Amino acid sequence: MAAISREEVAHLARLSRLAVTEQELDQFAGQLDVILQSVARIGDVAADDIPPTSHSVPLTNIYRDDVVTPCLTQEEALSGAPDSAEGRFRVPRILDEED
Amino acid sequence: MTTTALPTYEDAIAHYEPVIGLETHVELGTNTKMFCGCPTEFGAEPNTQVCPVCLGLPGALPVANRAAIEATIRIGLALNCDIAPWCRMARKNYFYPDMPKNFQTSQYDEPLCVDGYVDVQIDGETFRVEIERVHLEEDTGKSLHVGGATGRIHGATESLVDYNRAGIPLVEIVTKPVPGLGARAPEVAKAYVTELRDIIRSLDVSDVRMEQGSMRCDVNTSLNRPGDEWGTRTETKNVNSLRSVERAVRSEIIRQAGLLTGGTRIFQETRHFQETTGDTRPGRSKETATDYRYFPEPDLVPIAPDTAWVAELKAALPELPSVKRARLAEEWGISALDMQSVANAGAIELIEETIAAGTSAAGARKWWMGELARRANESGVELAAVGVTPAQVAQLQGLVDEGKLNDKLARQVLEGVVAGEGDPAAVIEARGLGVVSDTGALTAAVDEAIAANPDIAAKIRDGKVAAAGALVGAVMKTTRGQADAKTVRELILARLS
Repeated sequence: MAAISREEVAHLARLSRLAVTEQELDQFAGQLDVILQSVARIGDVAADDIPPTSHSVPLTNIYRDDVVTPCLTQEEALSGAPDSAEGRFRVPRILDEED
Repeated sequence: MTTTALPTYEDAIAHYEPVIGLETHVELGTNTKMFCGCPTEFGAEPNTQVCPVCLGLPGALPVANRAAIEATIRIGLALNCDIAPWCRMARKNYFYPDMPKNFQTSQYDEPLCVDGYVDVQIDGETFRVEIERVHLEEDTGKSLHVGGATGRIHGATESLVDYNRAGIPLVEIVTKPVPGLGARAPEVAKAYVTELRDIIRSLDVSDVRMEQGSMRCDVNTSLNRPGDEWGTRTETKNVNSLRSVERAVRSEIIRQAGLLTGGTRIFQETRHFQETTGDTRPGRSKETATDYRYFPEPDLVPIAPDTAWVAELKAALPELPSVKRARLAEEWGISALDMQSVANAGAIELIEETIAAGTSAAGARKWWMGELARRANESGVELAAVGVTPAQVAQLQGLVDEGKLNDKLARQVLEGVVAGEGDPAAVIEARGLGVVSDTGALTAAVDEAIAANPDIAAKIRDGKVAAAGALVGAVMKTTRGQADAKTVRELILARLS
């Protein structure tokens, strides 16, 4: 059985606001399936004595002190933005969503 | 649009049982953001408190702020929560430009604090609000919608985004659903948020000001017929004051009862509280169910608070508001019930400060819980925003104690202070108020009153002292209320003895 369906890929594309054609859906579903199946093979070797992990290194509690460090300037911050105005990032309006 | 007439609140409660739940966001008052060293000061030029981490630039890595973790644990402890021995941050993925990373770093199924409670008292009755979880996340940026008629997103053609706020540590406190409150639900909601605010303020981890957005509240409300299962809930956002928390729950109960009685089903939605009208309006309509695709944040290592550290933080918690109230009630010589009224009116600190400025407990309480509470209520503002400082109240009561003002004049002076005419002394000066203490002038007024009322004067000479009241009244009239009634009475009796 496929690890990811064509419908799931279409759903994820919608959530990511990516315009994916019908043809691309078939293509990506196939490619993503290969990736997911490969990753899923890890589960075959993970025995009960191996806890699931979200990290490759067994560390906890890495913190920084609450001390201010230098920021970017406004100009620097906006330098990579496709568009800006009034010192702010300019983005197209987002429909049907409110903060 | 249905045209079903809205029931009264009493009617709604007579037929339905409300269940409420509250989600409160508190912006922590740390020096720096949650995952980077950018400052958190309010009011800076847009996008000047940002760096590669909070802008989500490629390759930038977050590191958690120890002070924010500590503050969250302290909040959890103060809310009687268990502190998770091990938990992780999670990515909440969504497509909206208020976070430049395309996700918000939050916590999902592993919150830092769980299973607490807050007890609130109303009219001597205790209500327990159980806390489901307290978790840590980051605040979002601020969007300015351009091109729309009202500055809101509807009709806007584009948005301008400032990321200074993005990444400021935010603590979310979620209650369990609270059933069984009946008609008390709106009051309990307000009392809970008030208590929460006071607890967090006592910890000194946030300035918890709702009006300025450092404390924000979302209110969930549902109704069911007695004996039925809980109804579908709505979530009301944009509730920006303590008073609004109560109003939002109340108006949502009325609205839902109207729909249910009219045969309309409630559907789960986000609504927005309208400060001006006091009701709620529909918010965004979600075509698809929310799908945030949470997963553990791979760029941050797990948080595993050392038990000794947690014990240390617990031992070092300050005096919490409920304990402080009990202590102050005893110091001020008032009952627990009266103390609760003081607390509910938001007057504890105001009275404390007034006492610190030299007034007796009774004198301070009289003003804040009497005249000033009445004024605050009339103009629909919090007591602290009524326009008078504790120092001014102390000055006013001082003048009363010295006999320079009587109660009636003091109220007039207060009116002037509220109107922004300055300190009590300045108002007295400007308005020409103040008790006539010049005995010469008073004696003249007394003689005049005696001459004008020979019958009454005769009665008093015959020993009917009670008749003096009429003459006191006459003197007060000629002095336009600016005499001290007690002094006047003494003068009259001395003249006619």
